[in-house]
Amino acid sequence: MGAYLRGIHTPHRKSTKKSPVIRIDIPETVTIPMSMHIGKPAVPTVKSGDLVKVGTKIGISDGYISSDIYSSVSGKVVKLTDYLMYNGATTTAVVIESDGEMTPDSSITPPTINSQKDLVDAVKEAGIVGLGGAGFPTYVKLNVDPERIDYLIINGAECEPYVTSDTVTMSTRTDDMILALKALNRYLGVKNVIIGIEKNNKKAAKHMKEMAASINDFSVKIQSLPDVYPQGGEKVLIYHTTGRKITANKLPIDVGCIVLNCTTIAAIGTYLRTGMPLVEKCVTVEGGAVKQPQNVIAPIGTSIKDLFDCCGGLTEQPAKIVYGGPMMGISVPNSDFSIIKNTNAVLALTKKEAKLPKTTACIRCGACVNTCPFSLAPVSIAEAYTKKNAAILTELAVLSCMECGCCSFVCPANRPLVQLNKLAKQFVNEEAKKEAQKQ
Amino acid sequence: MSSLTKVMVSPHIHSGKSTSGIMGDVLISLLPTTVAGTLIFGWRALLVVAVSVLSSVGFEALFNYIIKKEQTISDLSAAVTGLLLALNLSVDIPLWQCVIGSLFAIVVVKCLFGGIGKNLVNPAITARVFMVIAFSSVALPSFPIDSVATATPLSAETMPSLLDLFIGNRGGAIGETCTVALLIGGIYLIIRRVISWHIPVTFIGIVFIFSFFMEGFNATEAISLIMSGGLFIGAFFMATDYTTSPSTPWGKVIFGLGAGLLTCLIRYFGIYPEGVSFAILFMNILTPYINGWTRRKVFTAGGNK
Repeated sequence: MGAYLRGIHTPHRKSTKKSPVIRIDIPETVTIPMSMHIGKPAVPTVKSGDLVKVGTKIGISDGYISSDIYSSVSGKVVKLTDYLMYNGATTTAVVIESDGEMTPDSSITPPTINSQKDLVDAVKEAGIVGLGGAGFPTYVKLNVDPERIDYLIINGAECEPYVTSDTVTMSTRTDDMILALKALNRYLGVKNVIIGIEKNNKKAAKHMKEMAASINDFSVKIQSLPDVYPQGGEKVLIYHTTGRKITANKLPIDVGCIVLNCTTIAAIGTYLRTGMPLVEKCVTVEGGAVKQPQNVIAPIGTSIKDLFDCCGGLTEQPAKIVYGGPMMGISVPNSDFSIIKNTNAVLALTKKEAKLPKTTACIRCGACVNTCPFSLAPVSIAEAYTKKNAAILTELAVLSCMECGCCSFVCPANRPLVQLNKLAKQFVNEEAKKEAQKQ
Repeated sequence: MSSLTKVMVSPHIHSGKSTSGIMGDVLISLLPTTVAGTLIFGWRALLVVAVSVLSSVGFEALFNYIIKKEQTISDLSAAVTGLLLALNLSVDIPLWQCVIGSLFAIVVVKCLFGGIGKNLVNPAITARVFMVIAFSSVALPSFPIDSVATATPLSAETMPSLLDLFIGNRGGAIGETCTVALLIGGIYLIIRRVISWHIPVTFIGIVFIFSFFMEGFNATEAISLIMSGGLFIGAFFMATDYTTSPSTPWGKVIFGLGAGLLTCLIRYFGIYPEGVSFAILFMNILTPYINGWTRRKVFTAGGNK
């Protein structure tokens, strides 16, 4: 392998690593959207007035790339409503009033696994999606020819500032992780597991080393990663753990790798042990405006307002409320939105934390070019996009951009570089579609 | 919560680096040189600096005002241009020529091309070259106030001692003689990561090697030659201008080598005693091509589509 890929030194601000993890009081209502994953939204299977328990299926997956959805509380379905998601999409949401009991559904029993198919079905049934943030249905990744798998790479990089919920997983849910890894070894033939952890995350590394030591049937290795953002990017992680490069239009499995987030692994283990599908999530509640920042375990569908209240409330009007980390997270206009399967953090940033300098003229310093982990040229992409030149954009490999935001972070003129990259990607895809229709 | 918070596409945090911060660092890095120039050449050096900086900033403000563009003088780049220009001038220069030089640098070279980041060549260097051709007084050497040195080294029969060259006790422009002050400023910029080592090291390195051969493998002579003329101020402060130099490390190496080689060719075979300004100006023009030649290979490139 060559040198490490470039990136940026962000502030860490991971104080919640030290504070205890708490469980939120049962919320009065939860709002569960039918689209908490990449792919087609689930179809609601309940109607207003239905009684549900914890783990009752309320949405059924629609198509191959989709996922089942379960109630996260016991109580009564109040309504099905059109719901604006934090990412701007509109979907149906099921609003459930909790009875305060949290009674589990009577059908919940641990699954019996005897083959790869059983395991894939179980992961599908558990409603598990990529919990690092992408939300890609996990069972699809496991539904491959076992011969093709050289490595299972566990993403424990957690490279975004503030976020520590994956560290919580790695230090408190190792038993479930072991259960999942053993199943993946037995039924998917996974023989080499590599866990990527940033070198400054000693807490996670310690627990993962203990876990690795307890597994003897197959190889589990900890790979220390540089503490440079973005280590958690899939292609970056694969390169830094195996030295393998994913070229354009290829998937991890094409280079013999499956990448799963550590929390996704733990969720698989929890389902195998208890039969309870994915109905709750550990979320880092942080930011300068949060009184007592900490990790909170909450039912899916809990509003972020309830999460803030559970952390002592807000000390000041936040300048920004962000889903996920500050580098790639999505900001929302208020705290009425609910947390979903792949939410790993909610942040209430103060004016000072969210301060961005004024955008001025590009001085051609080359900081963006010299920072891009994939050696793209954001400044040239921005120029080509402004001229709407799809051919040059393709030549500049804009579709390879992972939207990590390093270019915008370092730009001394605060140019909207990654923002224009995103638009340029969309533009190139649309142009390609038009081309295809012509032929 | 009553009021709505701002919604914006990520990233939501920033490194805090800014153009004015970078330019501020350049101003700080030139402070030792300005002080040294004043000590060596007397108070009039400060006057030249003041006139040059003020007129540069003034012209940019005026230009923006006339064409109704947003004011940009707070990015400090006009002040940097003014200071660099003054440091490249003789202490005896008539002040009105300073003003004309600033006008040329700011308005003709920079603003007419669209302002900061859009200029094709370095404003201060180009203005100096313009002045060398337009006013003979710029090219005339000025002399240290308390020195016996009588000529700028590159046109003199005998060279000043290495120590005199190092501390700047020799003839030349206000800011180009004190090697130690320039070195301190240059290292400051490298430590602050405003510039990288590539251009200064390759630029000065190739001049040393070339001179070493030309002077019959005389290392002392070669060291004298790299400390003469405007090589240090050019290599650390003018050739590293972001807008007019390549952005990739290999591009910078090519730029430094090219500028160094041209400097030597002009010094040894040209009609002018000094070639740093011309060399940088020429490489400025090549910069877009160098950027094209040295574009990095995209990480995900290769393989079948």
